[in-house]
Amino acid sequence: MSGIPHDHYEPKTRGEKWLHTRLPVVGLLYDTLMIPTPKNLNWMWIWGIVLAFCLVLQIATGIVLAMHYTPHIDMAFASVEHIMRNVNGGAMLRYLHMNGASLFFFAVYLHIFRGLYYGSYKAPREITWIVGMLIYLLMMGTAFMGYVLPWGQMSFWGATVITGLFGAIPLIGESIQTWLLGGPAVDNATLNRFFSLHFLLPFVIAALVIVHIWAFHSTGNNNPTGVEVRRTSKADAEKDTLPFWPYFVIKDLFALAVILAIFFAVVGFMPNYLGHPDNYIEANPLVTPAHIVPEWYFLPFYAILRAFDSEVWVVIAANWLTGGIIDAKFFGVLAMFGAIIVMALVPWLDTSSVRSGRYRPMFKWWFWVFVINFVVLTWVGARPAEGIYPYIALLGATYWFAYFLVILPLLGVLEKPLPQPDTIEEDFVEHYSKTGGTKTLVDPTPAE
Amino acid sequence: MFKKLALAATLALTSASGAYAAGAEGHVEDFDFSFEGPFGTYDQAQLQRGLQVYTQVCASCHGLQYVPLRTLHDEGGVGLSEDAVRAYAEQTYEVFDEELDDWRPAKPSDNFPANTAAGAPDLSLMAKGRAGFHGPYGLGLNQLFKGMGGAEYIASLLVGYTGEEKEEAGTLFYENTAFPGGWISMAPPLYGDDVEYSDNTEATIRQEAEDVAAFLMWAAEPKMMARKEAGFVGVIFLTILSVLLYLTNKRLWAPVKNRIKKS
Repeated sequence: MSGIPHDHYEPKTRGEKWLHTRLPVVGLLYDTLMIPTPKNLNWMWIWGIVLAFCLVLQIATGIVLAMHYTPHIDMAFASVEHIMRNVNGGAMLRYLHMNGASLFFFAVYLHIFRGLYYGSYKAPREITWIVGMLIYLLMMGTAFMGYVLPWGQMSFWGATVITGLFGAIPLIGESIQTWLLGGPAVDNATLNRFFSLHFLLPFVIAALVIVHIWAFHSTGNNNPTGVEVRRTSKADAEKDTLPFWPYFVIKDLFALAVILAIFFAVVGFMPNYLGHPDNYIEANPLVTPAHIVPEWYFLPFYAILRAFDSEVWVVIAANWLTGGIIDAKFFGVLAMFGAIIVMALVPWLDTSSVRSGRYRPMFKWWFWVFVINFVVLTWVGARPAEGIYPYIALLGATYWFAYFLVILPLLGVLEKPLPQPDTIEEDFVEHYSKTGGTKTLVDPTPAE
Repeated sequence: MFKKLALAATLALTSASGAYAAGAEGHVEDFDFSFEGPFGTYDQAQLQRGLQVYTQVCASCHGLQYVPLRTLHDEGGVGLSEDAVRAYAEQTYEVFDEELDDWRPAKPSDNFPANTAAGAPDLSLMAKGRAGFHGPYGLGLNQLFKGMGGAEYIASLLVGYTGEEKEEAGTLFYENTAFPGGWISMAPPLYGDDVEYSDNTEATIRQEAEDVAAFLMWAAEPKMMARKEAGFVGVIFLTILSVLLYLTNKRLWAPVKNRIKKS
């Protein structure tokens, strides 16, 4: 493995040597924990630990919840109330699990934005990015199916709307939808398979997380400068890096504790703030809620889905060109999935040779507009599709695609990047000598 | 499309509320309940009065099918004594026992019975299934400051009758300022002095409405006090942990950063 040069685990005692020759598990743990990490990582590099914690939290609370939950349309809603009222600590477990999903997505969005700003997706970290996108997709599937399980009104109607998207696929759509639902409509068969998959997918995510970590442990972490760690010698590498343990473990744990304090305040004092009141009404196939709204973390994509109605010229054009096969509904579905696909393809769409947004004067602006656009899409996704809201959604959706398909490819050609530091050490020294007062470079001869 | 986009941009800047202001949302009054805010607790006397209103008025049409009767004894809730709960269950409700294949008086281990006789919705989760406060403009800030407003919605509904009636397709509707759409099929349930409170509180419509709304908030969220306590302990514990980890982190990194400052 052509990693960053560093010390490896050396078994010392006879017992250690005995184990190491048979199963080098201690060596694996040592190399994972002691990996050389760029010393200039900023506070946006803490979301990975938060996400790992979220996955463990969701699995731990979820397994206990599953012990008391009944996946049957006549009993699911009552069994959730049984958890809330009769199971010891059940109300707390459920609220942790419910809000844990929100923390999970909050963290993943910041993690993704971090990657987009500092160019963490660029060579040689494309696989890390793609695996991350797969994890994100699985998270969305898992969260969606989990929301169906309490069998409230939004569970039922959300499931009906989202599985209906597959029904929009021309020719084979209806068969796919029936196959997914296990019948002509959302019913007991749907609830059962969603429960089964909601239990399974987190473990698939856990496996992919290992691949994700393996991938960036092979390439090394990106860092705010985007400049690679020097690999010319172990001494050079050590000037740019610090071992993950204890420097970054403690830093990440500090950040995690702060975030969890806020998370606990939400769970303790306003656990239903992020939920929808209609989900405390049992599912009723005969009564459609006035506005069907997904959970907040799906809203940007829900907005993109609804942005393309039959009056938009690209939809009319697509409809005409395909002889009516692509209608407005199917176009919306394509746009929604397309929005995630273009994001997954960003390693090949971004043509700039400079990794970090810090040294890209034009990119910076477009990036922040992208972030604001994301917030606006989240907001407009929760509004009814009437009045001016569809136009705002259309504007936002257009920017989303323009960012990945037009702006990023062009910027690489048009933009004149700022000078980057030669090494991570230089950036680190510059940062801390500024805060320390004296602005002199570190002694070039290594202290021995 | 460009015309549309330009239109969208200008409208967004001028009046984002345009389509929304004319909605048929009912008016919900911001009642001052004891259980609001991070430190709010249930008022036991109020919950007991609310139980009385529920039993003597609401229960003739509505049920509370998810609420176990024994939880009336729970701390941080209605707080009846075990004997009082047993007496209340036996004297108030009959349940169908499948083993006996017959009706028998309710026991504390039973739930409140369901009641769908008049087609009325179950009230177990009503205080969480309705949001009194929304917006503004879908931002959810009102709920952040005022709370979800489920109990406020119930109380506003109960005091919101104007006295106007209309008949539509053989059903009588009553005008109500809190109900979305303005017309509700439930006849005004409270007229004042519907119950006689044992603590000599005057049973005005408003008083009864607030009491039963508080009781239904408890019915929907019986573990609220335990939850807030856990939240409080959690936040304090994590804050202390954060401070300790901050100091550890600072100390750990100090040599690395000082090396630069000194040189």
